[in-house]
Amino acid sequence: MRWIALLCGSLFGLGLALSGMLDPAKVQGFLDISGQWDPSLALVMGSALAVFMPGYFWWVKPRRQSLDGSAFHLSTKQQLEPSLLLGAGLFGIGWGLVGVCPGPAVAMLVTGQASVFWFVAALLIGIKLVCVWQDWQQRQLMAQGS
Amino acid sequence: MTIVNFTPWTAVLGGSLLGFSALVLLLVSGRIAGISGILAGFLGPKAGDWLWRALFIAGLMVGAALAFTLGWVTVPSLTAPTPVLLLAGLLVGMGAKLGNGCTSGHGICGMGRLSRRSIAATLTFMATGFITVFVLRHLL
Repeated sequence: MRWIALLCGSLFGLGLALSGMLDPAKVQGFLDISGQWDPSLALVMGSALAVFMPGYFWWVKPRRQSLDGSAFHLSTKQQLEPSLLLGAGLFGIGWGLVGVCPGPAVAMLVTGQASVFWFVAALLIGIKLVCVWQDWQQRQLMAQGS
Repeated sequence: MTIVNFTPWTAVLGGSLLGFSALVLLLVSGRIAGISGILAGFLGPKAGDWLWRALFIAGLMVGAALAFTLGWVTVPSLTAPTPVLLLAGLLVGMGAKLGNGCTSGHGICGMGRLSRRSIAATLTFMATGFITVFVLRHLL
């Protein structure tokens, strides 16, 4: 069922493009709430939720496993740790700075713009840095425990 | 505040596709359509966990390319000084990994499951996004 990832990725990329969310100016226009405000992003997220949410509660939640027989990879964490809020806070600053988040950044690679490559390179380095740091922290904890 | 450049119909059409894509991926393969999570797993792949991520990432570009070549959307441009792009990319990457998700994973999939963590994360990055653009456009 690997093809489903390609199909869903393509639909997602198409959705991002049609919604206008590949355009950094439109995203920043949404975030400029006190100035010339473009509410489109709110409607994009709202309509995505209007489709996803009922589908999730009707079809996904009652099931024990997905249609291809694998487990649902869903987080069961409940706690609001400081790292969650710190991470989201930093994410929003970067998002506001240029008006790009990970999905649109990857989709925009296809335009071949150097600016997009720089952003995606830094994005991947940022993810990797935190992965390395989290692994190191995990090992420290294990070492203390043993 | 004045409302400008509002494109409600394409926003609803595109947004519905995003929700549909995330729903189908979860229902069929049990995976969350969270782009930062997909990228993070792609960078440090476990056995058997790599191909679907690569295919989803390729799909994002295929979908965008389709919209551009069929002329449904004009190709937008990302213009910012390179140091700003690098700083922003680093913040987005570190923030998404540290905060367990981004606009897609928290904003659509997590909020769609009414996860309190995702609701808190989405409210937080919206707030810092609003503040950042306010500072950029109205204070600096």
